[in-house]
Amino acid sequence: MPSNTDPILISLETSATATLIIFFLGLAAAYWRVRSGTAASRLMDALFVMPLVLPPTVVGYLLLLLLGRGGPAGRALEALGLNVLFTWPSTVIAATVVAFPLMYLSCRGALQQTPSGFAQAARTLGAGEWTVFWKITLPLAWPGILAGTVLAFARALGEFGATLMLAGNIPGRTQTLPIAIFFAAEAGEMRQALAWVLVTVGISAVAIGLLNAWGRVGAAGTVLSRRG
Amino acid sequence: MDLEVNIERECNGFLLQVSFRASHKTLGILGPSGSGKSMTLRCIAGLEAPARGSIVLNGRPLFDSSRGISVPSRKRRVGFLMQDYALFPHMTVAHNIAFGLRKLPRTRVREIVNGQLERFQLQGLEARYPRQLSGGQQQRAAMARAMAIEPEILMLDEPLSALDVHLRSQMETLLVEALSAYRGVSLYVTHNLEEAYRISEEIVVLSQGREVAFGPKDEIFRHSPTFTVARVTGCKNFSRARVSAPGFVEALDWGCRVRVCPPIPEELEFIGVRAHHLTFTAGPGAENAFPCELVRSVEGPFRMTLFLRLIAPNAPAGHHHLQAEITRENWAALQDHPLPWLVCLPPERIMLLRKETDLQRPDALP
Repeated sequence: MPSNTDPILISLETSATATLIIFFLGLAAAYWRVRSGTAASRLMDALFVMPLVLPPTVVGYLLLLLLGRGGPAGRALEALGLNVLFTWPSTVIAATVVAFPLMYLSCRGALQQTPSGFAQAARTLGAGEWTVFWKITLPLAWPGILAGTVLAFARALGEFGATLMLAGNIPGRTQTLPIAIFFAAEAGEMRQALAWVLVTVGISAVAIGLLNAWGRVGAAGTVLSRRG
Repeated sequence: MDLEVNIERECNGFLLQVSFRASHKTLGILGPSGSGKSMTLRCIAGLEAPARGSIVLNGRPLFDSSRGISVPSRKRRVGFLMQDYALFPHMTVAHNIAFGLRKLPRTRVREIVNGQLERFQLQGLEARYPRQLSGGQQQRAAMARAMAIEPEILMLDEPLSALDVHLRSQMETLLVEALSAYRGVSLYVTHNLEEAYRISEEIVVLSQGREVAFGPKDEIFRHSPTFTVARVTGCKNFSRARVSAPGFVEALDWGCRVRVCPPIPEELEFIGVRAHHLTFTAGPGAENAFPCELVRSVEGPFRMTLFLRLIAPNAPAGHHHLQAEITRENWAALQDHPLPWLVCLPPERIMLLRKETDLQRPDALP
């Protein structure tokens, strides 16, 4: 067991929070993109995928520009007496932005592949858009949504470059596992680094296992029908 | 109970233009694939918006482009049985049927679901998922679901096309029963002539988005007004025609003069006769009997299709002129006839097809 457990807790909190945000944002963005064929939605599509294509350091740099003292968002926050740079929230922001495209792309694919006939049948049966989404579209696209969530969590857990630029390496506050491992290895504390590496592997395995089990419950219909 | 449809919309690269009125009798919408049948239903269901026109159901406008009305699908109360049934794969049969009843109290929902299960012979299957059902069961479940909401209109889109032949007649019986018990407007879309004839009482014929006929089924099948209608309803034999004497027309593509039953429409363009209406006669002297030779014959399980060339001095060259369909018994008897065979075109069976106008209106039927 590593002597210092701070990075583990920080990483777990950061990844979990980021995944929660991404789940709703990614799903909503994908649903909007699939439903609307406007030029604006096509433009946003490129923007949503951008963090996946750009190197994390570039994403981190752009976020610094945006949230820094001179940046538009930074100034707004400052006016409210807030500063997010080099604080725990900035680790969440970095992880969210970098992992978002994975959720978005998975959901977009899953929603596009759901045959539209089911939603249309539901509408003729009196269902409003909200009911159609929760009772029909979401359950049918569930496997893809779940896969996106797992991928996004894994990516958030492994986030390094953008986090380092935006949140720095402040032990006990912004030092996540990947950053802690990097600096431990740099400093030659190989045993400490190894312990954190093993913990990271463990968290990833548990997360994937849990979400897979959850997926089986969510798609109970599939399992049941195979038995019959 | 009535539905008035009068719509225009771009569809598969042509302009869909339909206008008809349906009452409590089942209205068949007949046409080849891609003629705009499904699009018409989708417009009525509110899944597609027409470019222009209006749809009025029982006095309630569902769509009216001039008044900017377009009632959303969920408020139209249409029962729509889609071609692939669209049963929700993640719900059981019972949940599928109950889907449209979410606003009712639970005990009432259970009552209706049980009633529908019984009515569509689905007892014991309520806990199954759609993919655990056979094709026929899936269709019954979809019907049960569509009718559970007590729709004001019931629309069936090629309901039998996905079924095996032996299931088809069984399902058809069930559908006819359900339709006759149903009090609202019902529309039945099909590309199958016989199905359209058996199930519906009035028929709209579509061809490439254009409504070419609308009227009682007997009118449409027995006295098709135009070439397109005759062809869509399965007529195989056509000839350009010219009136030669009162009660007689010159069949230009067959090289003969045939007696027909008046009245002969002005602007007569074609005559047509259905393959199964052609008969053969042994002796001369019969009306409209012409010598012919057999070009080719195709054997079916119960019937024979014969391709015939007329032997007449001025018969145009070509592979064959007429296509006849006779039973195998008649075929056996025909073998004993002396050659050349004499094919008869019964005057009362000859359809006099007038020139088509740009838009066939319902009142333009003979």
